[in-house]
Amino acid sequence: MEYFAKHYDVAVIGAGHAGIEAGLAAARLGCQTVIFAINLDSVGNMPCNPSIGGTSKGHLVREIDALGGEMGKAADSTSIQSRMLNLGKGPAVHSLRAQIDRRKYSEYTKHAVEKQENLDLRQSEIVDLYKNEDSLWVLKTRLEAVYTAKSVVLATGTFLGGRVYIGDVSFESGPDGMFPATALSNALKKLNLPLRRFKTGTPARVNRRSIDFSKTELQQGDEKTVAFSFDSAKKPENKVACHITYTNDETKNIILENLHRSPLYSGKISGVGPRYCPSIEDKIVRFSEKKRHQLFIEPCGEDTEEMYLQGMSSSLPEDVQLKFLRTIPGLENVEIMRTAYAIEYDCVDPLALSPSLEFIDFSGLFGAGQFNGSSGYEEAAAQGLIAGINAARSVQGKEPFVLGRETSYIGTLIDDLVTKGCADPYRMMTSRSEYRLLLRQDNADLRLTEFGHNIGLVGKEKYNRFLKKKEMIAEELERVENTVLPPTDELQKFLVSRETSPLKTGARISELIRRPQLNYDLLTPFDKNRPDLPDEVFEQVEIELKYEGYIKRQQAQVEEMRRLEVKKIPESLDFNAIDGLRLEAREKLTKARPQSVGQASRISGVTPADISVLLIFLAKEGIN
Amino acid sequence: MSTVAAISTGLAPGGIGIVRISGEDAFSVAEKVFVSKNGKLLKDLRGYQALLGAVKSEDGELFDEVVALVYRAPKSYTGEDVVEFNCHGGLFVTRQVLRSVLSAGAAPAPAGEFTKRAFLNGKIDLAGAESVMNIISSHSEQEAKAAFNTLEGALSKKLSEINGILISSSASLAAWVDYPDDEIEELSSGELVKNLNTAKKELEQLINRFDAGKAVIGGVRTAIVGKPNVGKSTIMNLLLGEERSIVTSVEGTTRDIVEETAVIGAATLRLADTAGLRSSDDEVEKIGVDKAKKWLESADFVLAVFDNSRPFANEDEDIVNLVKEKKCVAIINKCDLPTALNKEIIIQNFSDTVEISAKNPDDRKLLSDSIEKVLETADFDPSVASLINARQKNCCENALREITQAIEDLENGVTLDAVNVTVDCAIDELLVLTGEKASDAVINEIFSRFCVGK
Repeated sequence: MEYFAKHYDVAVIGAGHAGIEAGLAAARLGCQTVIFAINLDSVGNMPCNPSIGGTSKGHLVREIDALGGEMGKAADSTSIQSRMLNLGKGPAVHSLRAQIDRRKYSEYTKHAVEKQENLDLRQSEIVDLYKNEDSLWVLKTRLEAVYTAKSVVLATGTFLGGRVYIGDVSFESGPDGMFPATALSNALKKLNLPLRRFKTGTPARVNRRSIDFSKTELQQGDEKTVAFSFDSAKKPENKVACHITYTNDETKNIILENLHRSPLYSGKISGVGPRYCPSIEDKIVRFSEKKRHQLFIEPCGEDTEEMYLQGMSSSLPEDVQLKFLRTIPGLENVEIMRTAYAIEYDCVDPLALSPSLEFIDFSGLFGAGQFNGSSGYEEAAAQGLIAGINAARSVQGKEPFVLGRETSYIGTLIDDLVTKGCADPYRMMTSRSEYRLLLRQDNADLRLTEFGHNIGLVGKEKYNRFLKKKEMIAEELERVENTVLPPTDELQKFLVSRETSPLKTGARISELIRRPQLNYDLLTPFDKNRPDLPDEVFEQVEIELKYEGYIKRQQAQVEEMRRLEVKKIPESLDFNAIDGLRLEAREKLTKARPQSVGQASRISGVTPADISVLLIFLAKEGIN
Repeated sequence: MSTVAAISTGLAPGGIGIVRISGEDAFSVAEKVFVSKNGKLLKDLRGYQALLGAVKSEDGELFDEVVALVYRAPKSYTGEDVVEFNCHGGLFVTRQVLRSVLSAGAAPAPAGEFTKRAFLNGKIDLAGAESVMNIISSHSEQEAKAAFNTLEGALSKKLSEINGILISSSASLAAWVDYPDDEIEELSSGELVKNLNTAKKELEQLINRFDAGKAVIGGVRTAIVGKPNVGKSTIMNLLLGEERSIVTSVEGTTRDIVEETAVIGAATLRLADTAGLRSSDDEVEKIGVDKAKKWLESADFVLAVFDNSRPFANEDEDIVNLVKEKKCVAIINKCDLPTALNKEIIIQNFSDTVEISAKNPDDRKLLSDSIEKVLETADFDPSVASLINARQKNCCENALREITQAIEDLENGVTLDAVNVTVDCAIDELLVLTGEKASDAVINEIFSRFCVGK
């Protein structure tokens, strides 16, 4: 029999990477909050890669941390190998990536949630969701408990209407053998949320003992490691190694021979898969000219022999999986522990969301993570954080918190989702940001700590540390701009040896750092009065000097963009009433309901000519 | 948008006159005045079909031999529903037809309205729209032809070619940074530099052609300078081919600036007859001299005039110095009179000198040949893409600067994420040029060019 259980300010459905950040943020902002999960052993689970970060995803983690989120700290505490990717490619694309002990990560995040004041964690499947006559959201559990909440965050991941496919076999299931959330899916359909099917997949896990590592390449962590969190005083340790090996013609042949048994190619799966994270059969078909594909063998943790085979996600039948894996050097005798699978799930068309991640048509209802059409733990956590913040602010009657594209990858991610929508699971990439050189992972704290402080997620201690760092950077910048090095013989000799022109008169240290052939480290012997500062301070000064011209260019682009961004579009504007707007543009604008002309200009299918029409209309109407 | 109509052919007598009706009600307006020969209705036609018939005038009179052509949105010049009446009866009939159409409910289309709509409906890009404006106000055949080529897309095509190179460079840079672990091939900076150099060369050519192109298409702002009474007005009249300025031999008679347009071969000169340059105590003359100096400052081309019959004076020296930086032809005038001028000074100071007597109409050829030589318009090929205004040139120069920087950076080993920034800036500039990027610059252009008042 139904019974009334409890009222909350904020209820979060799902305890994955999005749900955790949402719940923690709302609770930390003073809201009575609950997180519901189907199985409490799956809190913060990593059903795919045992890793966090990577290109542009590392940026997201540091941004989450700067705003006061949890992911960076959780990763630092459970990291078992750490690498900075793209070191040769310039600071805009340096990306931190860490192998994570997945059980420990789950434990850490579950405990963080449990410890949090104002926050309850509840194992319950939500089977119904609707708004009652008092404008409260009603959540019913499988065990017939009734909860009410002012705000609800949907962070259902691949649980929602989940269905697993392995070859000819398919069954209703959540990730990693969990129960799916099928009833909730129906409840959301009753609300008329624009649901659709996406799919994703994961490779097999194999036993370490069955791998011959002598036939693989070793990949060690960095000697000098860096933490994700700006708060982590300790540098992460490298405790494990990864290995690289390659597929070959035989692998390819087996896959091609068995393609008809793949649910993707036989048409059983209708959901759209992620373009940027294709299954091995997809890669072999799409890049047929490629001789071999790389795969990484990554440990799932310190206290397990389970190994993850990155790059080999598949939905081919179990017997085929074993067969093609055994063609790969080092994997000739491999034993599978968990079979690779594809999973299809319900998610929402994010165009139905506003930039605060609240549904435009349902006040108090928010979406985050894979439910919004993204893929990846980091993308999920980023949205969870923003949805949690805004769920709380909505309860507290505060303006929504929205990060612009020019501030962060988080802002770019959300703007892309709610403005352009996504045709396949959205993955963050550095190329999605037009302001890459401004939005670096090294300056995420400088970009966002102030925001986090203003919202109330960044405490005094962290904020003061940030202010101190800013001050040190400014002072050091001033010092190198004002200190002149004399053209001593040693310096001249050194400059010539670095293939850069010797000095005519003395030179400021800043001028020397700006030269492409030089850097801070190299100048150490000549810079006698250099103060003892943290590496991060020197890093900032060096980047600011070396990339000054480019940073200025990007700042100019930001200014240009802002001019369209500040031109607001009234919510009541009827795009159908604007003469001269093409039919397609009217439809697209009506669907996405952009809040500014800038946002409108990024909607695909809306042309610059449409924007001209819109601007002229707004000007004529005396708006803006 | 409201339905508008106008005569879309030139207002010359004879030949076919076309009345164009564009807008949501184009068919119903046309239907009110048009009677087809076979009884069919315009609204039953598909796009690109025609009906022969007659147009009723306001007082019920029928003009025969009108062909009505139907275009259906978006497949028309403006992107809207369009009906065009082709009238075979010359200017008078064409005007009568327009009158009928207007009384049937169409509003008269202001100049440039069809083009504005074409632009707003995405039928042509900004470069195209600008070139239509240039055709409408063109002075010479060459000018119209070159502007027409821009419209036809020579410029747009060239620009999208250049941008294609840049975008593919940017894309490979972006892909390369996004896939650290993948087996994506190492990006060779040699290949990048090669592509960027191609784009650079193309842009340089466009920019180099600009001056000549502008002289042909938009007209080049030209100053005629010289001390008083060297015959500037006479030279102007010689170029214009008729007497415009007051020509007297009293020094300081020309004070106000009157802009005139002279067609010299392929080039169009926008001339002003300005006061003679000398210091004066006369208040009124001072004003004239100041105006002349201002005009000179903003001029892109100068005709510096010297008097053959008088010795080289300090005032002449001043002029030599004033025009040093400008594209210039030195004219030694009054060669029909005995020589008192030391011509050597002139020849030393100017790379192009011509000796004429402006009073003699036969000397026009001599003068116009040297003008065409300096402006490089004689060999100007109007079928090649050209930039037609300062805005376009400015965008190209900005793009060129970014590309040059990118090439230099690649050679200096600057990291590719930074190189990517400059390449993207170059792309942006070219998109702004064609109007493919909505920016304030583009919007301002629309407001100023098409009078879309508030």
